[in-house]
Amino acid sequence: MKMFVCIKYVPDTSEAEVKVNPDGVSVDSSRFSFDINDADNYAVEESVLMKEASEGDVTVLSIGPKQSDVMIRMAMAKGCDRAVRIEDERIAGYDPLMVAKVLAGAIKGQEFDLVLTGCMASDDWQMSTGVALAEELGVNHASMVKKVEVLGGNKVKAYRELEGGLMEVVEVELPAVLTIQTGINEPRYAPIRGIREAQKKELKVASLDDLGLDASAVSAEASMVVLERLYIPDVVSSAEFIEGEPDEKAEKLASILVKGGLV
Amino acid sequence: MGSILVLAEHRQGVLRDVSYEMMAVAPKLAEQMGTDVVALLIGSGMDELAKKMAAFGIKVLVVDDPLFKDFNADKYQKVLSALIDDLKPAVVMTGHTAQGVDFMPALAIEKKLPLVADAISLEYAGGTLKATRQLYSGKANAVMAFKPAATYLLTFREGAVEAPDASASGSVEKLDSPLKEDLSYRKFIEYVEAEVGDVDITQSDILVAVGRGLKEDKNLPLVEELAKAIKADIAGSRAATDAGWIPHDRQVGTSGKAVKPKLYIAMGISGAFQHIAGMKGAKTVVAINKDPEAPIFSVADYAIVDDMFKIVPKLTEKLKELKG
Ligand SMILES: Cc1cc2nc3c(=O)[nH]c(=O)nc-3n(C[C@H](O)[C@H](O)[C@H](O)COP(=O)(O)OP(=O)(O)OC[C@H]3O[C@@H](n4cnc5c(N)ncnc54)[C@H](O)[C@@H]3O)c2cc1C
Ligand SMILES: Nc1ncnc2c1ncn2[C@@H]1O[C@H](COP(=O)(O)O)[C@@H](O)[C@H]1O
Repeated sequence: MKMFVCIKYVPDTSEAEVKVNPDGVSVDSSRFSFDINDADNYAVEESVLMKEASEGDVTVLSIGPKQSDVMIRMAMAKGCDRAVRIEDERIAGYDPLMVAKVLAGAIKGQEFDLVLTGCMASDDWQMSTGVALAEELGVNHASMVKKVEVLGGNKVKAYRELEGGLMEVVEVELPAVLTIQTGINEPRYAPIRGIREAQKKELKVASLDDLGLDASAVSAEASMVVLERLYIPDVVSSAEFIEGEPDEKAEKLASILVKGGLV
Repeated sequence: MGSILVLAEHRQGVLRDVSYEMMAVAPKLAEQMGTDVVALLIGSGMDELAKKMAAFGIKVLVVDDPLFKDFNADKYQKVLSALIDDLKPAVVMTGHTAQGVDFMPALAIEKKLPLVADAISLEYAGGTLKATRQLYSGKANAVMAFKPAATYLLTFREGAVEAPDASASGSVEKLDSPLKEDLSYRKFIEYVEAEVGDVDITQSDILVAVGRGLKEDKNLPLVEELAKAIKADIAGSRAATDAGWIPHDRQVGTSGKAVKPKLYIAMGISGAFQHIAGMKGAKTVVAINKDPEAPIFSVADYAIVDDMFKIVPKLTEKLKELKG
């Protein structure tokens, strides 16, 4: 199996305050902590599992800043073989179709059996890049994959997770792009030895020009959508906020629940 | 201007909620754009479903052929590609669902058309179509403006709006299938139902739900103690089930279960829309989260902004005391 795995360096905004910059189209990320996108972490594990199950070779692809090298080295520490990090300010990152074109540009011309992506990036929630990438590469795909079986005859059986937990099982001919859903496996921790070895693996940094890609085809000019404005929506809450010291809050809540006949 | 073509989603013989919900937004958009709404059904044996969509007072186009008995992203893409050429719709929209996301981005690339995914509201003014979508854990909204294009592609979020009533009469028109033979490179095999566990949380009266805020499974006994004190079952977010802290059949949300307990106590759960979709049917919601901006508070009746580990032990103790 010759594989590519696409990983994105994303901020964890689950506990952070999000503020829009004065430019109105970006957020202040100076206080965010960044790491590999949740689903991509599962995609990395899946690629390494497949490599371990038979012969295999995995190239990591990521479009992102220098700081994300730590994340990329971690993927190599887990078993990925090499990496290409694409850094170019001209890429219209808000449009998944443009991102897909860049990723495709980094893959085209090389042989592969599988490209794994996450099913969704947790910062932009597009759920679009992987399927667009497949079309751009002219190969098959299956999205939201929560189980994969490699079959003979150059096929995989992909279990697509639908709403309600129902699985749609499809057979797809390789080469193909699979977008991986969280929970498909149990991502490992990088072994110490792997961390050391990862330092010696190749991490190529490339601009669009280095990849021979035409920047005008993946830039804001090429994108057919415009990120006009970002704003923070009001959190309309009709909740009764229980105030006080932690113990007081707990006691107040307990009596609300009991008096209200809720428990 | 061409029509707004709404691809209605169905599965196992039933229209999905999002198909009805889009009938709340598409007609308004059509009015702003000065055009009409046309629904599209692709499947096999679509008569009943076509009638249901026509009841929104619209024309329903049906591609009805045994080749479409089961969903297949590539087949859907082929049909839509052909219909875009034939009908030149102003907009093609469908649900931002496991189906919609499996072909719309590919269609956009193939037809060189713009796509906005996961829209939660739409507006057309001054000749520009704009779609609002969410980013950063739902803490920021983005207004995306389409540049002028022959056809705009959209996936619309399930559960973002309420479905309107359908009581009008429309028409149904069958179309020739553009697909003449089956595809060899992608085949539907079967559906596999979700696993069934020991407790059916859709039937629980009280649920104590945990999320990533639990941090590690050795903290679970704290929550189990609370659940025991109030005879609740334990449920959780996807983060909690992915981590293996609780079984998969206890997951609440779009890809898990829709629950409707009398009381839902969410702790350490941010309230992603996929989670909220599964628990908004709860009668009373208590949310405990240390982030005052957590979206879970938007659906809470009682809220505590604090560290759950400082709240839960005392809460359990007090509840035991009060309930004797
Ligand atoms: C196709 C698809 C389907 C999905 N389906 C579902 C689904 O069915 N159900 C579902 O839940 N998710 C689903 N998700 C995932 C969803 O997008 C979120 O990633 C998930 O709900 C996040 O879980 P969480 O709230 O537990 O974790 P996070 O978003 O990481 O939030 C953790 C929260 O815990 C709080 N916290 C941390 N420590 C403490 C503490 N000590 N005390 C109090 N609070 C604390 C934080 O402030 C934060 O708000 C789906 C995603 C996709 C792409
Ligand atoms: N900047 C990026 N670099 C590498 N992969 C990416 C990037 N953006 C998106 N992807 C891949 O596309 C998947 C889906 O992203 P999205 O369509 O933005 O939700 C992610 O899980 C990644 O696998």
